[in-house]
Amino acid sequence: MPASIIARNARILLPMLSFVAILLAVFWLQPRAMSYVGLNLLLNLALPIAFATIAQMFVITVNDLDLSLGAYVGFVACVAATWLAEQPLLGMAALAGGVLVYAAVGALIHLRNLPSIVVTLGMSFVWLGLAILVLPTPGGKAPDWLRALMTWKTPLVPFTIYALLALAVVVHLGLMRSAQGAVLRGVGGNPRSVERAGWSLLKAKMIMFAFAGLFGMFSGLSLVGLTTSGDANIALRYTLLSIAGVILGGGEFTGGRISPIGAVIGAMTLTLAGSFLSFLRLDPDWQIGAQGAILILVLALRVIINRAEARGL
Amino acid sequence: MQSTDRTLVEFDGVAKSFGAVKALAGVSLSIGAGQCLGLVGHNGAGKSTLMNILAGTLSASAGRFLVSGEDVSERYGVTAANRLGIRCVFQELSLCPNRSVAENARIMHPSLKGICWRRRAATLIGGMLDTIFPGHDIDPSQLVGDLSIARRQMVEIARAFSATDTPVRLVILDEPTSSLDGVLAGQLLAFVRDFVAGGGAVILISHLLNEILTTADRVVVMRDGGVVADRPASGFTQITLVESMGSVAQEQARREQRSASLTAELKISAAPAMQGDATTLVARRGEVIGLAGLGGHGQTEMLVRIFQGQRKAQAGITVSGNTAMVAGDRQSDGLFPLWSICENATIGSLARLTRGWLIDPRAETRMGEEWKQKIGIRTPDMANPILSLSGGNQQKVLFARALGSDADIILMDDPMRGVDIGTKQEVYGMLRQEAAAGRTFIWYTTEMDELKHCDRVYVFRNGRIVDELSGDSISGERVLHSSFETAA
Amino acid sequence: MTALRHLLRKPWIGAYAGALAIWLATVAFTEGQGGGGVLTAALSFATFSVLVAIGQMYVITLGPGNVDLSIPATMTLAGAVSMKVMDGNNAMIVPGLAIALGCGAGVGVFNYGLIRLLRIPPIIATLSSSFLFLSAAISYSRGLRIKPPPLLADFTTWIVWGVPVLAVAGMVLTFVMSVILHRTIFGRTVTAIGQNARAARLAGLPVDRVRFATYVMCGMFAGLTGYLVSGFSGGAALNMGAEYLLASIAVVVIGGTSVAGGFANLPGLWGAAMLLFLLVTMLNTYGFGAGIRMVLTGVIIIAVIAVASGRRPSG
Repeated sequence: MPASIIARNARILLPMLSFVAILLAVFWLQPRAMSYVGLNLLLNLALPIAFATIAQMFVITVNDLDLSLGAYVGFVACVAATWLAEQPLLGMAALAGGVLVYAAVGALIHLRNLPSIVVTLGMSFVWLGLAILVLPTPGGKAPDWLRALMTWKTPLVPFTIYALLALAVVVHLGLMRSAQGAVLRGVGGNPRSVERAGWSLLKAKMIMFAFAGLFGMFSGLSLVGLTTSGDANIALRYTLLSIAGVILGGGEFTGGRISPIGAVIGAMTLTLAGSFLSFLRLDPDWQIGAQGAILILVLALRVIINRAEARGL
Repeated sequence: MQSTDRTLVEFDGVAKSFGAVKALAGVSLSIGAGQCLGLVGHNGAGKSTLMNILAGTLSASAGRFLVSGEDVSERYGVTAANRLGIRCVFQELSLCPNRSVAENARIMHPSLKGICWRRRAATLIGGMLDTIFPGHDIDPSQLVGDLSIARRQMVEIARAFSATDTPVRLVILDEPTSSLDGVLAGQLLAFVRDFVAGGGAVILISHLLNEILTTADRVVVMRDGGVVADRPASGFTQITLVESMGSVAQEQARREQRSASLTAELKISAAPAMQGDATTLVARRGEVIGLAGLGGHGQTEMLVRIFQGQRKAQAGITVSGNTAMVAGDRQSDGLFPLWSICENATIGSLARLTRGWLIDPRAETRMGEEWKQKIGIRTPDMANPILSLSGGNQQKVLFARALGSDADIILMDDPMRGVDIGTKQEVYGMLRQEAAAGRTFIWYTTEMDELKHCDRVYVFRNGRIVDELSGDSISGERVLHSSFETAA
Repeated sequence: MTALRHLLRKPWIGAYAGALAIWLATVAFTEGQGGGGVLTAALSFATFSVLVAIGQMYVITLGPGNVDLSIPATMTLAGAVSMKVMDGNNAMIVPGLAIALGCGAGVGVFNYGLIRLLRIPPIIATLSSSFLFLSAAISYSRGLRIKPPPLLADFTTWIVWGVPVLAVAGMVLTFVMSVILHRTIFGRTVTAIGQNARAARLAGLPVDRVRFATYVMCGMFAGLTGYLVSGFSGGAALNMGAEYLLASIAVVVIGGTSVAGGFANLPGLWGAAMLLFLLVTMLNTYGFGAGIRMVLTGVIIIAVIAVASGRRPSG
């Protein structure tokens, strides 16, 4: 039995091990990080990245990919730093509109059978353009409540860690443990069998894209709470980070095989990797490249593991 | 729940055609509660079509279809079938591999929701697995994708028999034991008897005739889209069962015996991947070799193995000469749907049609026209799209592609599916000519009549060669005996 | 009459008609001012889009899931490396070109290695490799803004009677690639794989070799474009490839090539590239700001793609 438990949890074990390894490496390089303030500094950017990763995960669950996520998070940040602070009602309407647009994009992709990367690549222009319209030059000011929330001094460990835990648990319960979540994930695994059982694929896709919009919105809000001002280009790299986070967390691009807990851990690992690389005094030019390399490395590692498993069976 | 005469499902003159091909020619059949019906027949007899109609995945072209005496033929579908308690375990598995066993149970039972649905789903599917396969070690929280094929099959079966708000009244089992070992198969068949004794109904399709004879109350034999025998199981023996599946039109004039001498050049020697013993398939220059047996028992894999073996050295395979493939599943293996007829025909021979680096369009057109004449492709213009042709003519294009290439070994993957009789005769004639001219043919066919065009026939079962027939010993009866497991 | 009907049925006619309509709308707004100048500029910029799009088109034609997202990084890398190697020296123009093409080919080999050996889906493989190559380009050319050799700069901006010479060269190359697509075994194999990869294999076509060659070729086109853009705009810039990612895909799709693969169309690339450039020009002329311009570009591209390539989901 233990062997089968390990096999079943291998998907989550690998991300956890890589997270612990990189955390230890960071502590070893910079022992001062082992404190409340240190942890906060290390991990506070992990929350927006984790939200974005979860958003991307919803899209990947139904075998699509969202290349507009970074631009969308930037748009939300701009809205939050301007309208949401000055005219809360208009701000909330704009954010709700963003979620609806996501659902509409899901519907368009399904109904016209379009490749998601083409549509979302086009959407990235739309979001970036809208962000520039809302906030032409970097600036603005985050609503006070958002800043208060993000800088909340919680007991024992920083707020970020509680928030990350809550995020992982809530999405895990909602998507992995609930009856509805099981059906939605089935869409990525075997759409025909889900359809045969009488569920609407269109509805499923719209729901999953709407969730992506919702969590992308949380990502933008938390990001603005941390940076206190907005910028249309603030989150463009989140597109790659979110995809990498899902993959790092044990998710796969097709077949609806994903893991919310893994995705959150993957996002944390990526954030730490950034700090780790800067502690190593790695040339900042190579920061992006290192992320690409990590992604390739993880995928390579997984291929090796899968082959070994296949040979073992 | 004693009454075995209570009719549950009744077909009345149900017919189904796919284009010009008649899959079912007016079947009348009924099955009662408390009965296990064995359904047997060779490839293309119409079993699958009939079961798909019953499961709601196909609709009949004509005839009436009654459930519990009520005519449902008008508004029937998968959902209706589920509501009426009709379940189906098809050969192709329909589980979501990325989800656990319990979650897969949920997809069939929308009523499993609310708090603790997971535990209830696990109890439901786990309980059913315990009932059918006592001592199994499947954990309902395991991912289906991590299970072996046999266990997936077990889950699929257990899911079909599990009931929530509607009772299960009829379960169709299509080759349910194909991936189960003897013990599990025995457990399943014992459970089927229990289920039937409790008033349920089961339709059992199997190529293992002893399974049919020991488990079913009644056996229905289908042939050529119709029912040819419908008797209590006790009225059959394995021998009589096989005989009733055979073709009525007895062996017509055999093809004229050619002396494909045993000394001719050896072209192929290859063993199926799963053979396990020393049997190998051997083909010589000018021979027509038939591959027979039930569909999906390893014949196509054998052809692909030979095809790849010629291109890349593989253990256990020697091929001397070039191979070309004639696909049977035109949509998935053969056609390039966006191309013209001519482009589809010449793709295998482009190396011969180039001048320098470029394909010579005139040479290409010439080859197209030549084969249009030679094989009789019915089209006003070879530049028309390939999809403008009928199925039979599309198939001729695929023959032209292979025969027009420089390959001296032609592999044919049941190429006559859905082809009209006229086309068939033309192609048979061409095969004979080409074989006489020295080409070698490996011909997988599901049609018994076609085997008489072969010099030798290998019969496949479960991925292995189980019999080799040659000359006069090639008979439909012998092939049937070998393709069905008749040993008890 | 039949000739006209024949023309109307061409898959690229929509792109040209759209480009013409937008040009007319722009010229009408300016009351005929600078209509010719706009066309000259459009031809210049369209050349670059078309060159990257040719490679992208071959890749997309390989079938669903095949796309090269590393084009911008490849352009930047090839531009930066070749500029540094040439160092403004006219004598190094040809070696510089060879190095730019070599960079592109290297990226293609690396991408296909990821796809084939690690079984990474092409989208992710090319996306992650693009970050590696972008970093390489940044690191290699940091702080340096090397001017292109004068001869190269002159050539890329050379205009004769209002027609950029580079555009003419691009059209010749487009024609050559069109011949390769339709008249060589390689081109036939690419379209065959895109329609039905299994059937292509069973027809005895060299599927793996052709896929490899296609990715390498796409990289080389991106490298060539990076080289030319650097010459055109006075040196390599780190973000010079950014706009070509969406452009390469949009030009391919709007030009009448099937996103689902198996059907490609080269003349359409020019119409689509002109359309995209003229669209931006028109929005500029009408006085829209950067934000609206981007939104409209995105929306119009999605709309055109949805109309041009949408099929009902089957099954």
